[in-house]
Amino acid sequence: MSTAVLNQDTRAVGRGRPGVRWTLTPGSGVALGVAMTWFSLLVLIPLAAIVATAGSDGWQGYVDTLTNPQSWAAIWLTVTQSLLVTAVNVVMGTLIAWVLVRDRFWGKRLLDLVIDIPFAMPTIVAGLVLLGLYGPKSPLAINVSNTKASITLALAFVTLPFIVRTVQPVLAELDADVEEAAASLGASQLTILRRVVLPSIIPAVAAGAALSFARAISEYGSLVLLSGLLPYKTEVVSVRVLSFIEGGDKTSAAALATLMLAVALVVIVALDVIQRRMGRRG
Amino acid sequence: MVRLSPPIKWAVRLVVIGYVFLLVGWPLITLVQKAFAGGLDNFQAAFSDPDVTHALLVTIEISIWAVIINTVFGVTMAVLLVRHEFPGRRAVSALIDLPMSVSPVVIGLALLLVYSGRYGWFGPTLEAHGIVVIFNSPGMIMATCFVALPLVVREVVPVLEEVGDDQEQAARSLGANAIQVLRRITMPAIKWAVVYGVVLSLARSLGEFGALKIVSGNLTGLTQTAPLVVEQKYNNFAQGEAYAVSFILVAISVLCILVVSLLRPKESHS
Repeated sequence: MSTAVLNQDTRAVGRGRPGVRWTLTPGSGVALGVAMTWFSLLVLIPLAAIVATAGSDGWQGYVDTLTNPQSWAAIWLTVTQSLLVTAVNVVMGTLIAWVLVRDRFWGKRLLDLVIDIPFAMPTIVAGLVLLGLYGPKSPLAINVSNTKASITLALAFVTLPFIVRTVQPVLAELDADVEEAAASLGASQLTILRRVVLPSIIPAVAAGAALSFARAISEYGSLVLLSGLLPYKTEVVSVRVLSFIEGGDKTSAAALATLMLAVALVVIVALDVIQRRMGRRG
Repeated sequence: MVRLSPPIKWAVRLVVIGYVFLLVGWPLITLVQKAFAGGLDNFQAAFSDPDVTHALLVTIEISIWAVIINTVFGVTMAVLLVRHEFPGRRAVSALIDLPMSVSPVVIGLALLLVYSGRYGWFGPTLEAHGIVVIFNSPGMIMATCFVALPLVVREVVPVLEEVGDDQEQAARSLGANAIQVLRRITMPAIKWAVVYGVVLSLARSLGEFGALKIVSGNLTGLTQTAPLVVEQKYNNFAQGEAYAVSFILVAISVLCILVVSLLRPKESHS
Protein backbone atom coordinates (compact mmCIF):
# COMPACT_ATOMS: atom_id res chain seq x y z
CA MET A 1 0.00 0.00 0.00
CA SER A 2 1.46 3.35 -0.99
CA THR A 3 1.81 6.18 1.48
CA ALA A 4 -0.23 8.41 -0.83
CA VAL A 5 -3.32 6.33 -0.13
CA LEU A 6 -2.61 6.34 3.59
CA ASN A 7 -2.26 10.12 3.61
CA GLN A 8 -5.71 10.47 2.12
CA ASP A 9 -6.92 7.95 4.62
CA THR A 10 -6.12 9.92 7.78
CA ARG A 11 -8.77 12.46 6.89
CA ALA A 12 -11.48 9.86 6.41
CA VAL A 13 -10.70 8.06 9.66
CA GLY A 14 -11.35 11.21 11.67
CA ARG A 15 -9.73 10.08 14.92
CA GLY A 16 -6.42 9.44 13.17
CA ARG A 17 -3.98 12.17 14.11
CA PRO A 18 -2.49 13.62 10.92
CA GLY A 19 1.22 13.15 10.60
CA VAL A 20 1.37 10.16 12.94
CA ARG A 21 1.98 7.05 10.90
CA TRP A 22 2.45 4.44 13.64
CA THR A 23 0.39 4.44 16.82
CA LEU A 24 1.18 0.91 17.92
CA THR A 25 2.30 0.16 21.44
CA PRO A 26 4.68 -2.82 21.85
CA GLY A 27 1.76 -5.01 22.97
CA SER A 28 -0.49 -4.14 20.06
CA GLY A 29 2.50 -4.49 17.72
CA VAL A 30 2.87 -8.12 18.78
CA ALA A 31 -0.90 -8.64 18.42
CA LEU A 32 -0.77 -7.18 14.91
CA GLY A 33 2.14 -9.46 14.04
CA VAL A 34 0.36 -12.59 15.25
CA ALA A 35 -2.94 -11.62 13.59
CA MET A 36 -1.24 -10.85 10.27
CA THR A 37 0.73 -14.11 10.36
CA TRP A 38 -2.49 -16.07 10.79
CA PHE A 39 -4.21 -13.96 8.11
CA SER A 40 -1.33 -14.67 5.72
CA LEU A 41 -1.27 -18.41 6.40
CA LEU A 42 -5.05 -18.65 6.10
CA VAL A 43 -5.90 -16.23 3.29
CA LEU A 44 -3.03 -14.44 1.57
CA ILE A 45 -0.59 -17.31 0.90
CA PRO A 46 -3.31 -19.77 -0.26
CA LEU A 47 -4.76 -17.15 -2.62
CA ALA A 48 -1.26 -16.36 -3.89
CA ALA A 49 -0.82 -20.11 -4.53
CA ILE A 50 -3.85 -20.03 -6.83
CA VAL A 51 -2.40 -17.18 -8.89
CA ALA A 52 1.02 -18.87 -9.02
CA THR A 53 -0.45 -22.24 -10.05
CA ALA A 54 -2.62 -20.62 -12.71
CA GLY A 55 0.48 -19.16 -14.32
CA SER A 56 2.46 -22.41 -14.24
CA ASP A 57 1.51 -23.31 -17.84
CA GLY A 58 2.31 -19.85 -19.13
CA TRP A 59 -0.05 -17.30 -20.61
CA GLN A 60 -1.14 -19.57 -23.48
CA GLY A 61 -2.17 -22.36 -21.12
CA TYR A 62 -4.16 -19.83 -19.12
CA VAL A 63 -5.98 -18.50 -22.17
CA ASP A 64 -6.61 -22.07 -23.42
CA THR A 65 -8.36 -23.02 -20.17
CA LEU A 66 -10.61 -20.00 -20.23
CA THR A 67 -11.49 -20.35 -23.91
CA ASN A 68 -12.18 -24.08 -23.68
CA PRO A 69 -15.83 -24.30 -24.91
CA GLN A 70 -17.14 -26.00 -21.78
CA SER A 71 -15.42 -23.51 -19.44
CA TRP A 72 -16.56 -20.61 -21.60
CA ALA A 73 -20.16 -21.87 -21.48
CA ALA A 74 -19.89 -22.04 -17.67
CA ILE A 75 -18.45 -18.50 -17.45
CA TRP A 76 -21.16 -17.11 -19.75
CA LEU A 77 -23.94 -18.85 -17.81
CA THR A 78 -22.59 -17.70 -14.44
CA VAL A 79 -22.15 -14.07 -15.48
CA THR A 80 -25.53 -13.73 -17.23
CA GLN A 81 -27.42 -15.43 -14.41
CA SER A 82 -25.62 -13.35 -11.77
CA LEU A 83 -26.43 -10.13 -13.64
CA LEU A 84 -30.06 -11.18 -14.01
CA VAL A 85 -30.38 -12.03 -10.31
CA THR A 86 -28.62 -8.82 -9.29
CA ALA A 87 -31.09 -6.83 -11.42
CA VAL A 88 -34.01 -8.63 -9.75
CA ASN A 89 -32.44 -7.88 -6.35
CA VAL A 90 -31.99 -4.18 -7.15
CA VAL A 91 -35.75 -3.89 -7.67
CA MET A 92 -37.02 -6.39 -5.09
CA GLY A 93 -34.36 -5.62 -2.46
CA THR A 94 -35.11 -1.90 -2.60
CA LEU A 95 -38.86 -2.54 -2.43
CA ILE A 96 -38.43 -4.90 0.54
CA ALA A 97 -36.24 -2.36 2.33
CA TRP A 98 -38.85 0.34 1.62
CA VAL A 99 -41.66 -1.78 3.04
CA LEU A 100 -39.61 -2.71 6.12
CA VAL A 101 -38.79 0.93 6.89
CA ARG A 102 -41.80 2.95 5.76
CA ASP A 103 -44.73 0.55 5.92
CA ARG A 104 -46.51 -0.68 9.03
CA PHE A 105 -48.48 -3.90 9.13
CA TRP A 106 -49.01 -7.00 11.20
CA GLY A 107 -46.21 -9.52 10.71
CA LYS A 108 -43.56 -7.01 9.61
CA ARG A 109 -41.18 -8.25 12.29
CA LEU A 110 -41.53 -11.79 10.88
CA LEU A 111 -40.77 -10.54 7.36
CA ASP A 112 -37.68 -8.80 8.72
CA LEU A 113 -36.58 -12.06 10.32
CA VAL A 114 -37.22 -14.22 7.26
CA ILE A 115 -34.97 -11.98 5.10
CA ASP A 116 -31.91 -13.11 7.10
CA ILE A 117 -32.63 -16.83 6.84
CA PRO A 118 -30.96 -17.35 3.42
CA PHE A 119 -27.77 -15.86 4.85
CA ALA A 120 -27.62 -18.23 7.80
CA MET A 121 -29.01 -21.34 6.13
CA PRO A 122 -26.55 -24.02 4.97
CA THR A 123 -26.30 -23.73 1.18
CA ILE A 124 -26.90 -27.42 0.54
CA VAL A 125 -30.11 -27.16 2.56
CA ALA A 126 -31.12 -24.10 0.53
CA GLY A 127 -30.94 -26.28 -2.58
CA LEU A 128 -32.89 -29.03 -0.86
CA VAL A 129 -35.74 -26.80 0.35
CA LEU A 130 -36.12 -25.18 -3.07
CA LEU A 131 -36.19 -28.65 -4.61
CA GLY A 132 -39.04 -29.54 -2.29
CA LEU A 133 -41.26 -26.77 -3.66
CA TYR A 134 -39.93 -26.28 -7.18
CA GLY A 135 -38.64 -29.79 -7.92
CA PRO A 136 -40.03 -32.96 -9.54
CA LYS A 137 -42.73 -33.44 -6.87
CA SER A 138 -43.68 -29.77 -6.69
CA PRO A 139 -47.07 -29.07 -5.10
CA LEU A 140 -47.22 -26.03 -7.42
CA ALA A 141 -46.55 -28.22 -10.48
CA ILE A 142 -43.51 -26.07 -11.26
CA ASN A 143 -40.42 -28.15 -11.90
CA VAL A 144 -37.26 -26.15 -12.50
CA SER A 145 -34.75 -28.87 -11.55
CA ASN A 146 -31.95 -29.36 -14.10
CA THR A 147 -32.92 -26.20 -16.00
CA LYS A 148 -31.41 -22.73 -16.24
CA ALA A 149 -34.33 -21.38 -14.18
CA SER A 150 -33.09 -23.49 -11.24
CA ILE A 151 -29.92 -21.39 -11.19
CA THR A 152 -31.88 -18.13 -11.23
CA LEU A 153 -34.01 -19.44 -8.37
CA ALA A 154 -31.11 -20.66 -6.22
CA LEU A 155 -29.10 -17.47 -6.75
CA ALA A 156 -32.13 -15.27 -5.98
CA PHE A 157 -32.57 -17.23 -2.74
CA VAL A 158 -28.99 -16.95 -1.47
CA THR A 159 -28.56 -13.27 -2.46
CA LEU A 160 -31.92 -12.06 -1.06
CA PRO A 161 -30.57 -10.29 2.08
CA PHE A 162 -27.75 -8.24 0.54
CA ILE A 163 -29.51 -5.20 -0.96
CA VAL A 164 -32.24 -5.21 1.70
CA ARG A 165 -29.65 -5.04 4.48
CA THR A 166 -27.54 -2.31 2.88
CA VAL A 167 -30.49 -0.07 1.89
CA GLN A 168 -32.59 -0.52 5.05
CA PRO A 169 -30.37 1.48 7.48
CA VAL A 170 -29.83 4.29 4.96
CA LEU A 171 -33.56 4.59 4.35
CA ALA A 172 -34.23 4.58 8.10
CA GLU A 173 -31.77 7.42 8.72
CA LEU A 174 -33.05 9.54 5.84
CA ASP A 175 -34.03 12.99 7.08
CA ALA A 176 -37.82 13.41 6.89
CA ASP A 177 -37.36 17.21 6.90
CA VAL A 178 -35.89 17.23 3.41
CA GLU A 179 -38.88 15.33 2.08
CA GLU A 180 -41.28 17.65 3.91
CA ALA A 181 -39.45 20.67 2.54
CA ALA A 182 -39.69 19.30 -1.00
CA ALA A 183 -43.40 18.64 -0.49
CA SER A 184 -44.01 22.12 0.93
CA LEU A 185 -42.32 23.60 -2.14
CA GLY A 186 -44.86 21.79 -4.29
CA ALA A 187 -42.97 18.69 -5.38
CA SER A 188 -45.18 15.72 -6.22
CA GLN A 189 -44.70 12.40 -4.41
CA LEU A 190 -43.06 10.96 -7.52
CA THR A 191 -40.66 13.90 -7.76
CA ILE A 192 -39.70 13.52 -4.11
CA LEU A 193 -39.02 9.82 -4.64
CA ARG A 194 -36.97 10.53 -7.75
CA ARG A 195 -35.08 13.63 -6.62
CA VAL A 196 -34.74 13.19 -2.84
CA VAL A 197 -35.09 9.55 -1.79
CA LEU A 198 -33.51 7.78 -4.75
CA PRO A 199 -30.24 9.78 -4.88
CA SER A 200 -29.60 9.16 -1.19
CA ILE A 201 -30.09 5.40 -1.36
CA ILE A 202 -28.24 4.80 -4.64
CA PRO A 203 -24.80 4.25 -3.04
CA ALA A 204 -26.36 1.69 -0.69
CA VAL A 205 -28.12 -0.04 -3.59
CA ALA A 206 -24.82 -0.14 -5.47
CA ALA A 207 -22.98 -1.61 -2.48
CA GLY A 208 -25.68 -4.27 -2.04
CA ALA A 209 -25.67 -5.02 -5.77
CA ALA A 210 -21.89 -5.53 -5.71
CA LEU A 211 -22.16 -7.95 -2.77
CA SER A 212 -25.06 -9.75 -4.37
CA PHE A 213 -23.22 -10.11 -7.71
CA ALA A 214 -20.08 -11.41 -5.96
CA ARG A 215 -22.10 -13.95 -4.01
CA ALA A 216 -23.98 -15.09 -7.13
CA ILE A 217 -20.77 -15.53 -9.16
CA SER A 218 -19.23 -17.71 -6.45
CA GLU A 219 -22.25 -19.80 -5.45
CA TYR A 220 -21.85 -23.56 -5.30
CA GLY A 221 -23.69 -25.39 -2.49
CA SER A 222 -27.27 -24.42 -3.31
CA LEU A 223 -26.86 -25.50 -6.96
CA VAL A 224 -25.61 -29.03 -6.25
CA LEU A 225 -28.97 -30.72 -5.81
CA LEU A 226 -31.11 -28.30 -7.79
CA SER A 227 -29.32 -27.65 -11.07
CA GLY A 228 -28.12 -31.16 -11.94
CA LEU A 229 -24.68 -29.69 -12.80
CA LEU A 230 -25.10 -30.47 -16.51
CA PRO A 231 -22.15 -29.37 -18.69
CA TYR A 232 -23.06 -26.64 -21.23
CA LYS A 233 -26.51 -26.36 -19.67
CA THR A 234 -26.49 -25.76 -15.93
CA GLU A 235 -22.80 -25.93 -15.08
CA VAL A 236 -21.56 -22.76 -13.37
CA VAL A 237 -17.93 -21.70 -12.91
CA SER A 238 -17.53 -23.01 -9.35
CA VAL A 239 -18.82 -26.45 -10.43
CA ARG A 240 -16.36 -26.42 -13.32
CA VAL A 241 -13.51 -25.56 -10.91
CA LEU A 242 -14.54 -28.45 -8.68
CA SER A 243 -14.59 -30.93 -11.55
CA PHE A 244 -11.08 -29.79 -12.53
CA ILE A 245 -9.95 -30.36 -8.91
CA GLU A 246 -11.54 -33.80 -8.80
CA GLY A 247 -9.94 -34.64 -12.15
CA GLY A 248 -6.54 -33.68 -10.73
CA ASP A 249 -6.12 -30.76 -13.16
CA LYS A 250 -4.93 -28.16 -10.64
CA THR A 251 -3.64 -25.71 -13.23
CA SER A 252 -6.96 -25.40 -15.04
CA ALA A 253 -8.83 -25.20 -11.72
CA ALA A 254 -6.50 -22.41 -10.60
CA ALA A 255 -6.85 -20.60 -13.94
CA LEU A 256 -10.64 -20.40 -13.61
CA ALA A 257 -10.29 -19.58 -9.91
CA THR A 258 -8.09 -16.54 -10.66
CA LEU A 259 -10.89 -15.18 -12.82
CA MET A 260 -13.31 -15.53 -9.90
CA LEU A 261 -10.76 -13.98 -7.53
CA ALA A 262 -10.35 -11.02 -9.87
CA VAL A 263 -14.11 -10.43 -9.79
CA ALA A 264 -14.06 -10.68 -5.97
CA LEU A 265 -11.21 -8.16 -5.76
CA VAL A 266 -12.98 -5.69 -8.07
CA VAL A 267 -16.08 -5.97 -5.86
CA ILE A 268 -14.05 -5.39 -2.69
CA VAL A 269 -12.39 -2.29 -4.13
CA ALA A 270 -15.74 -0.98 -5.40
CA LEU A 271 -17.28 -1.52 -1.96
CA ASP A 272 -14.39 0.25 -0.26
CA VAL A 273 -14.86 3.26 -2.54
CA ILE A 274 -18.65 3.30 -2.10
CA GLN A 275 -18.43 2.96 1.68
CA ARG A 276 -15.95 5.78 1.94
CA ARG A 277 -18.36 7.95 -0.05
CA MET A 278 -21.16 6.99 2.28
CA GLY A 279 -18.88 8.19 5.05
CA ARG A 280 -18.86 5.13 7.25
CA ARG A 281 -17.94 1.51 7.25
CA GLY A 282 -20.52 -1.14 7.99
CA MET B 1 -42.29 11.93 4.15
CA VAL B 2 -43.36 10.37 0.92
CA ARG B 3 -46.86 8.96 1.31
CA LEU B 4 -47.84 6.45 -1.31
CA SER B 5 -51.50 6.32 -2.27
CA PRO B 6 -53.27 3.34 -0.66
CA PRO B 7 -53.55 1.20 -3.84
CA ILE B 8 -49.82 1.58 -4.55
CA LYS B 9 -48.95 0.94 -0.91
CA TRP B 10 -50.98 -2.26 -0.92
CA ALA B 11 -49.53 -3.36 -4.25
CA VAL B 12 -45.94 -2.89 -3.05
CA ARG B 13 -46.71 -4.67 0.22
CA LEU B 14 -48.29 -7.63 -1.58
CA VAL B 15 -45.46 -7.93 -4.11
CA VAL B 16 -42.87 -7.92 -1.33
CA ILE B 17 -44.68 -10.40 0.91
CA GLY B 18 -45.53 -12.65 -2.05
CA TYR B 19 -41.94 -12.68 -3.29
CA VAL B 20 -40.42 -13.45 0.10
CA PHE B 21 -43.07 -16.08 0.84
CA LEU B 22 -42.57 -17.90 -2.47
CA LEU B 23 -38.78 -17.69 -2.25
CA VAL B 24 -38.16 -18.42 1.44
CA GLY B 25 -41.33 -18.94 3.47
CA TRP B 26 -43.08 -21.67 1.52
CA PRO B 27 -39.92 -23.72 0.78
CA LEU B 28 -39.21 -23.69 4.53
CA ILE B 29 -42.72 -24.91 5.30
CA THR B 30 -42.23 -27.72 2.76
CA LEU B 31 -39.01 -28.69 4.51
CA VAL B 32 -40.77 -29.00 7.87
CA GLN B 33 -43.60 -31.03 6.28
CA LYS B 34 -41.18 -33.41 4.59
CA ALA B 35 -38.95 -33.81 7.64
CA PHE B 36 -41.93 -34.69 9.84
CA ALA B 37 -43.79 -36.77 7.25
CA GLY B 38 -44.44 -40.01 9.13
CA GLY B 39 -43.90 -38.46 12.55
CA LEU B 40 -40.39 -38.88 13.87
CA ASP B 41 -39.50 -41.83 11.61
CA ASN B 42 -37.09 -39.79 9.51
CA PHE B 43 -35.27 -38.57 12.60
CA GLN B 44 -35.09 -42.07 14.08
CA ALA B 45 -33.72 -43.45 10.81
CA ALA B 46 -31.16 -40.65 10.61
CA PHE B 47 -30.01 -40.96 14.22
CA SER B 48 -29.73 -44.73 14.08
CA ASP B 49 -27.09 -44.29 11.37
CA PRO B 50 -23.72 -43.86 13.17
CA ASP B 51 -22.35 -41.97 10.14
CA VAL B 52 -25.02 -39.28 10.59
CA THR B 53 -24.40 -38.80 14.32
CA HIS B 54 -20.66 -38.78 13.68
CA ALA B 55 -21.07 -36.14 10.95
CA LEU B 56 -23.14 -33.96 13.30
CA LEU B 57 -20.45 -34.24 15.98
CA VAL B 58 -17.69 -33.42 13.46
CA THR B 59 -19.65 -30.33 12.32
CA ILE B 60 -20.11 -29.14 15.90
CA GLU B 61 -16.46 -29.71 16.82
CA ILE B 62 -15.08 -27.99 13.71
CA SER B 63 -17.50 -25.07 14.10
CA ILE B 64 -16.63 -24.48 17.74
CA TRP B 65 -12.91 -24.36 16.99
CA ALA B 66 -13.45 -22.07 14.02
CA VAL B 67 -15.71 -19.72 16.01
CA ILE B 68 -13.19 -19.47 18.86
CA ILE B 69 -10.32 -18.70 16.48
CA ASN B 70 -12.38 -16.21 14.48
CA THR B 71 -13.60 -14.43 17.61
CA VAL B 72 -10.09 -13.93 18.98
CA PHE B 73 -8.81 -12.86 15.56
CA GLY B 74 -11.85 -10.70 14.86
CA VAL B 75 -11.79 -8.73 18.12
CA THR B 76 -8.01 -8.25 17.92
CA MET B 77 -8.19 -7.10 14.32
CA ALA B 78 -11.13 -4.76 14.95
CA VAL B 79 -9.34 -3.03 17.85
CA LEU B 80 -6.16 -2.71 15.79
CA LEU B 81 -8.01 -1.34 12.74
CA VAL B 82 -10.05 1.23 14.65
CA ARG B 83 -7.68 2.33 17.42
CA HIS B 84 -4.33 2.28 15.64
CA GLU B 85 -2.65 3.70 12.58
CA PHE B 86 -0.16 1.57 10.69
CA PRO B 87 0.99 1.32 7.08
CA GLY B 88 -1.30 -0.93 5.07
CA ARG B 89 -4.21 -0.45 7.44
CA ARG B 90 -6.73 0.30 4.69
CA ALA B 91 -5.53 -2.62 2.57
CA VAL B 92 -5.93 -5.01 5.51
CA SER B 93 -9.37 -3.62 6.25
CA ALA B 94 -10.48 -4.23 2.67
CA LEU B 95 -8.81 -7.65 2.38
CA ILE B 96 -10.60 -8.94 5.49
CA ASP B 97 -13.87 -8.62 3.53
CA LEU B 98 -12.48 -10.71 0.69
CA PRO B 99 -13.63 -14.14 2.00
CA MET B 100 -17.25 -12.96 1.73
CA SER B 101 -16.98 -12.77 -2.04
CA VAL B 102 -14.61 -15.68 -2.72
CA SER B 103 -16.27 -18.90 -3.83
CA PRO B 104 -16.13 -21.76 -1.29
CA VAL B 105 -14.70 -23.92 -4.08
CA VAL B 106 -11.88 -21.43 -4.63
CA ILE B 107 -11.21 -21.37 -0.87
CA GLY B 108 -10.94 -25.16 -0.86
CA LEU B 109 -8.60 -25.12 -3.84
CA ALA B 110 -6.43 -22.39 -2.29
CA LEU B 111 -5.93 -24.39 0.92
CA LEU B 112 -5.27 -27.55 -1.09
CA LEU B 113 -2.52 -25.86 -3.12
CA VAL B 114 -0.68 -24.79 0.03
CA TYR B 115 -1.35 -27.56 2.56
CA SER B 116 -1.88 -30.72 0.50
CA GLY B 117 0.50 -33.46 1.65
CA ARG B 118 1.23 -34.49 -1.93
CA TYR B 119 1.77 -31.27 -3.87
CA GLY B 120 1.12 -28.33 -1.50
CA TRP B 121 3.68 -25.59 -0.85
CA PHE B 122 3.94 -26.34 2.89
CA GLY B 123 2.02 -29.65 3.05
CA PRO B 124 4.88 -32.15 2.58
CA THR B 125 7.08 -30.35 5.14
CA LEU B 126 4.23 -30.27 7.67
CA GLU B 127 3.45 -33.94 7.12
CA ALA B 128 7.13 -34.80 7.62
CA HIS B 129 6.65 -33.27 11.09
CA GLY B 130 3.49 -35.29 11.65
CA ILE B 131 0.98 -32.49 10.96
CA VAL B 132 -1.66 -33.59 8.45
CA VAL B 133 -3.78 -30.61 7.40
CA ILE B 134 -5.76 -31.70 4.35
CA PHE B 135 -8.41 -34.44 4.71
CA ASN B 136 -8.07 -33.83 8.45
CA SER B 137 -9.43 -31.51 11.17
CA PRO B 138 -6.82 -28.68 10.87
CA GLY B 139 -7.66 -28.12 7.21
CA MET B 140 -11.37 -28.30 7.92
CA ILE B 141 -11.04 -25.76 10.73
CA MET B 142 -9.00 -23.48 8.45
CA ALA B 143 -11.59 -23.69 5.65
CA THR B 144 -14.36 -22.85 8.13
CA CYS B 145 -12.32 -19.96 9.59
CA PHE B 146 -11.75 -18.63 6.07
CA VAL B 147 -15.43 -18.53 5.06
CA ALA B 148 -16.58 -16.89 8.31
CA LEU B 149 -13.54 -14.61 8.75
CA PRO B 150 -15.12 -11.13 8.32
CA LEU B 151 -18.24 -11.68 10.42
CA VAL B 152 -16.87 -10.78 13.87
CA VAL B 153 -14.68 -7.93 12.56
CA ARG B 154 -17.61 -6.36 10.69
CA GLU B 155 -19.84 -6.43 13.77
CA VAL B 156 -17.23 -4.98 16.13
CA VAL B 157 -15.65 -2.26 13.94
CA PRO B 158 -18.73 0.05 13.69
CA VAL B 159 -19.37 -0.19 17.44
CA LEU B 160 -15.77 0.65 18.29
CA GLU B 161 -15.93 3.61 15.91
CA GLU B 162 -19.15 4.85 17.46
CA VAL B 163 -18.17 4.66 21.14
CA GLY B 164 -14.95 6.54 20.41
CA ASP B 165 -11.86 6.40 22.59
CA ASP B 166 -12.65 9.15 25.14
CA GLN B 167 -13.31 6.68 27.95
CA GLU B 168 -10.23 4.66 27.08
CA GLN B 169 -8.08 7.81 27.16
CA ALA B 170 -9.63 8.88 30.46
CA ALA B 171 -8.88 5.47 31.96
CA ARG B 172 -5.33 5.61 30.65
CA SER B 173 -4.77 9.12 32.04
CA LEU B 174 -5.95 7.82 35.43
CA GLY B 175 -3.22 5.21 35.28
CA ALA B 176 -4.94 2.12 33.90
CA ASN B 177 -2.65 -0.17 31.92
CA ALA B 178 -3.47 -1.59 28.47
CA ILE B 179 -5.00 -4.81 29.83
CA GLN B 180 -7.16 -2.97 32.37
CA VAL B 181 -8.43 -0.61 29.65
CA LEU B 182 -9.26 -3.57 27.40
CA ARG B 183 -10.99 -5.54 30.15
CA ARG B 184 -12.84 -2.73 31.93
CA ILE B 185 -13.63 -0.25 29.13
CA THR B 186 -13.31 -1.72 25.63
CA MET B 187 -14.74 -5.21 26.17
CA PRO B 188 -17.96 -4.11 27.95
CA ALA B 189 -18.61 -1.60 25.13
CA ILE B 190 -18.29 -4.16 22.34
CA LYS B 191 -19.80 -7.09 24.26
CA TRP B 192 -23.02 -7.32 22.24
CA ALA B 193 -21.31 -6.80 18.91
CA VAL B 194 -19.06 -9.74 19.75
CA VAL B 195 -22.11 -11.84 20.63
CA TYR B 196 -23.75 -11.07 17.25
CA GLY B 197 -20.50 -11.83 15.48
CA VAL B 198 -20.14 -15.16 17.29
CA VAL B 199 -23.73 -16.20 16.56
CA LEU B 200 -23.49 -15.27 12.88
CA SER B 201 -20.12 -17.05 12.60
CA LEU B 202 -21.60 -20.13 14.21
CA ALA B 203 -24.49 -20.23 11.74
CA ARG B 204 -22.11 -19.74 8.82
CA SER B 205 -19.64 -22.35 10.12
CA LEU B 206 -22.23 -25.07 10.72
CA GLY B 207 -23.51 -24.75 7.16
CA GLU B 208 -20.31 -24.60 5.16
CA PHE B 209 -20.42 -27.05 2.28
CA GLY B 210 -18.22 -26.35 -0.77
CA ALA B 211 -14.91 -25.57 0.90
CA LEU B 212 -15.27 -28.47 3.35
CA LYS B 213 -16.20 -30.90 0.57
CA ILE B 214 -12.80 -30.27 -1.02
CA VAL B 215 -10.65 -29.96 2.09
CA SER B 216 -12.21 -32.81 4.10
CA GLY B 217 -12.18 -35.38 1.31
CA ASN B 218 -15.76 -36.20 2.38
CA LEU B 219 -14.73 -39.47 4.06
CA THR B 220 -17.87 -41.10 5.48
CA GLY B 221 -17.60 -41.71 9.21
CA LEU B 222 -14.31 -39.79 9.43
CA THR B 223 -14.28 -36.27 8.05
CA GLN B 224 -17.81 -36.07 6.67
CA THR B 225 -19.78 -33.13 8.04
CA ALA B 226 -23.55 -32.71 8.44
CA PRO B 227 -24.11 -30.68 5.22
CA LEU B 228 -22.11 -33.31 3.31
CA VAL B 229 -24.27 -36.05 4.82
CA VAL B 230 -27.36 -34.23 3.52
CA GLU B 231 -26.03 -34.42 -0.03
CA GLN B 232 -25.03 -38.07 0.30
CA LYS B 233 -28.35 -39.14 1.82
CA TYR B 234 -30.30 -37.26 -0.85
CA ASN B 235 -28.33 -38.83 -3.68
CA ASN B 236 -28.66 -42.29 -2.10
CA PHE B 237 -32.47 -41.97 -2.13
CA ALA B 238 -32.65 -41.67 1.66
CA GLN B 239 -34.51 -38.39 1.17
CA GLY B 240 -36.38 -38.58 4.46
CA GLU B 241 -33.12 -38.69 6.36
CA ALA B 242 -31.73 -35.85 4.22
CA TYR B 243 -34.75 -33.72 5.17
CA ALA B 244 -34.39 -34.67 8.86
CA VAL B 245 -30.72 -33.64 9.02
CA SER B 246 -31.55 -30.48 7.03
CA PHE B 247 -34.29 -29.64 9.50
CA ILE B 248 -31.81 -29.83 12.37
CA LEU B 249 -29.35 -27.56 10.54
CA VAL B 250 -32.07 -25.06 9.59
CA ALA B 251 -33.45 -25.07 13.13
CA ILE B 252 -30.02 -24.10 14.46
CA SER B 253 -29.52 -21.37 11.86
CA VAL B 254 -33.00 -19.91 12.45
CA LEU B 255 -32.30 -19.98 16.19
CA CYS B 256 -29.07 -18.03 15.57
CA ILE B 257 -30.97 -15.42 13.53
CA LEU B 258 -33.64 -15.19 16.25
CA VAL B 259 -31.03 -14.64 18.96
CA VAL B 260 -29.42 -11.83 16.98
CA SER B 261 -32.70 -10.14 16.11
CA LEU B 262 -34.03 -10.35 19.67
CA LEU B 263 -30.84 -9.00 21.20
CA ARG B 264 -30.16 -6.27 18.67
CA PRO B 265 -32.87 -3.70 19.58
CA LYS B 266 -31.50 -3.53 23.12
CA GLU B 267 -28.35 -2.00 21.72
CA SER B 268 -28.67 1.77 21.46
CA HIS B 269 -26.73 2.00 18.18
CA SER B 270 -29.02 -0.59 16.54
